[in-house]
Amino acid sequence: MELDPLLLSRIQFAFVVSFHAIFPVFTIGLAAYIAVLEGLLFRTRDPAWERLSKFWTKVFAVVFGMGVVSGIVMAFQFGTNWSNFSYATANFLGPVLSYEVVTAFFLEATFLGVLLFGRDKVPQGVHLFAAIMVAVGTFISSFWILAANSWMQTPAGVELQNGLFQMTSWSEAIFNSSFPYRFSHMVVASFLTGSFVVAGVSAWYLLKGRETALNRRALSMCLWLILFVAPLQMFIGDLHGLNTLKEQPTKLAAMEGHWESKAGAPLILFAIPDSASETNHLEIGIPKLGSLILKHDVDGVVPGLKDVPADERPPVGPTFWSFRVMVGIGVLMIAVGFWGAWLRFRGRLYDQPLFKRVLVAMIPAPFIAVLAGWFVTEIGRAPWLVYGQMTHAEGLTPSLTGGMALFTLIGFIVVYSVVFAAGLYYLLRIVRTGIEEVEAQDEHPEQHRAKRPFSAADVPLEGGDGAPATAR
Amino acid sequence: MGIDLALVWAGLLAFAVLAYVVLDGFDLGVGILFPLLRDHGEQDLAMNSVAPVWDGNETWLVLGGGGLFAVFPLAYATIMPALYAPIIAMLMGLIFRGVSFEFRARADRSQFLWDIGFPGGSIVAAFAQGIALGALVQGIAVEDRAYAGGWWDWLTPFSLLTGAALVVGYALLGATWLVMKTEGPLADHARRIARLTGWGTFVLIGLVSLITPFLNPVYLQRWFAWPMGIFSVIVPLLLLGCGWRLHRGLVERRDATPFLASLGVFVLCYIGILISFYPYMVPPSVTLWQAAAPDESLAFLLVGALVLIPIILAYTAYAYWVFRGKVDPEEGYH
Repeated sequence: MELDPLLLSRIQFAFVVSFHAIFPVFTIGLAAYIAVLEGLLFRTRDPAWERLSKFWTKVFAVVFGMGVVSGIVMAFQFGTNWSNFSYATANFLGPVLSYEVVTAFFLEATFLGVLLFGRDKVPQGVHLFAAIMVAVGTFISSFWILAANSWMQTPAGVELQNGLFQMTSWSEAIFNSSFPYRFSHMVVASFLTGSFVVAGVSAWYLLKGRETALNRRALSMCLWLILFVAPLQMFIGDLHGLNTLKEQPTKLAAMEGHWESKAGAPLILFAIPDSASETNHLEIGIPKLGSLILKHDVDGVVPGLKDVPADERPPVGPTFWSFRVMVGIGVLMIAVGFWGAWLRFRGRLYDQPLFKRVLVAMIPAPFIAVLAGWFVTEIGRAPWLVYGQMTHAEGLTPSLTGGMALFTLIGFIVVYSVVFAAGLYYLLRIVRTGIEEVEAQDEHPEQHRAKRPFSAADVPLEGGDGAPATAR
Repeated sequence: MGIDLALVWAGLLAFAVLAYVVLDGFDLGVGILFPLLRDHGEQDLAMNSVAPVWDGNETWLVLGGGGLFAVFPLAYATIMPALYAPIIAMLMGLIFRGVSFEFRARADRSQFLWDIGFPGGSIVAAFAQGIALGALVQGIAVEDRAYAGGWWDWLTPFSLLTGAALVVGYALLGATWLVMKTEGPLADHARRIARLTGWGTFVLIGLVSLITPFLNPVYLQRWFAWPMGIFSVIVPLLLLGCGWRLHRGLVERRDATPFLASLGVFVLCYIGILISFYPYMVPPSVTLWQAAAPDESLAFLLVGALVLIPIILAYTAYAYWVFRGKVDPEEGYH
């Protein structure tokens, strides 16, 4: 079989970037949560906030470390597999990605040290300031990354001359048409991820009867956030979709599963899109609702895939189904928010074991939703790498062979699997060890030496029987 | 604009790469020596000596890689494909080594895995960096602003030689670092390793230096024609001076001297390479001005760099200051 370097490079990039993305999407939300906890501590002086903050800071340190390790690879991958793309877009993407590195190091590296190790060494106000700066740093990082990605989706402020994108306006390029939607959609996704993880872990502790008072507080905070932010996310997603309709109609047609451009289009709930015969199998839809949502008019005309030649269409099945996974989880999140509000209204928020179990089960959901969302937007723009201007095939390293791409893909899968398995195992241990144990270890300050993220989490990687000593 | 921004950036990047090589060099070196250390006690101590600083050292690599993309896109887009395999191998080595650092100290049953991963990743990373350097010195085929060579062009006897030289050279840095940072039996052991790797380093540098001028007439011209030819006297003399300081430092037990002398060796070799390359960014055809991005991009980024680099330097200096002196064996890693 002929190995296709293009397909393999796309799989490789998708693998590396998906692996990487799950860490920052969590740390952005968690950093904001920690900053809020520190702010509450500063105002109320209530040690409960400090205990929560200490515990979640340890989790943050490990996740942040894994995010950095997996992110370094990407600085090189642009050049190794996508050299034509790198060269053509360097005038814009080079500075933008470099500024991401600048802010990441400047804000995070400097202030993260103070946040992790400075609690008893600097005044409380300074510690709070460091926590806020770490949160701000994660936002600025994602600002640059999403500016870069949005520009590739809806390019602006550049002119293609002799195969090179020359800058005509920095502000138009950075604040391109899809940027505001993509950025806010991603930031809110990070908040949701952070709150679902914290809520799930707190619910698990409550099921085990550990640190009840503290975990109730954490759970209650998260549920308030979910109640308001999950519907907000749906609203932003809708705006983002309307922008996609305007800028990338073909992607939208793939998301909706519409082959023909037509008025009064249905909202397709289930279908098996078939690119070969240009039709859907087993289609179930609600008549006219598609046009109503997209055009706010039951007889509005929505675009179809057949508006463009077959070689300019994305893979329809993955785009269609990733979109449904994302939206489905979004609806589930809204439902959880309302369920929580209802239980709270009835005064039974902490009494319902089923609700807590559902929250525990929901921990992976936001990560899946985020990845599915990225799949929609990234697969959905195929075959374009820079939308409408440069295809994936044009951006590929000309000398790349399929064998080499396959070899390195396997290498990445092996290395990342080991890293991920060890990291996840370690995180689970920190959680199982729990807030109580983490504090017991803090009684021995001489153990803290190395001023680095992982050493903030002083939990052994393995334990005798794996059971927490304090599961009382 | 009066300032040659491309040249300024070439200088900044050269500095970032040098900072990376000397800083990450010694901690990779400690990883390379790791299997030679006698027992877990020595190994723990050696790891502790680099634990507080190693990840800061790798900051410079990201700065070098990201900076190359932003300011010398043509160099980035040709060097990366040309050195595909060594660069990916280096990244995987560094990742493996990084997580081994973190997990080894907390592991019990799985410690053997991290005991392999730490030196294994270090050796792979160092060897791959040396190969990449050798391949770059040999020259990279560029046609029509893209890499025009094959997949295995980087693999030659010369690049294997530079790979070996860098592994041994990093081991020397690691050994002299341990001499400086530790006491007792481990320091004595490190002194013996430093003597061996010192000899090894000089022999390999000698071989590489003898071969390099004959790889490319430009290098020959550079080193043996007036006025630059004067450097072919000065650089080797300074190198021998460093070798002498290294030797005396080990004999007289002045513990910081061998490390500083080894750093001197690296800085001098680096200067030697810069002399060979200038004004090329990707020998033998792309100059740094051809490789550079337009001035507006360079200026846009220079603002950030001028803020960032002093902060990183201050931060790095502070980290080394906090952890100055010998490592106390009583203090655990975690």
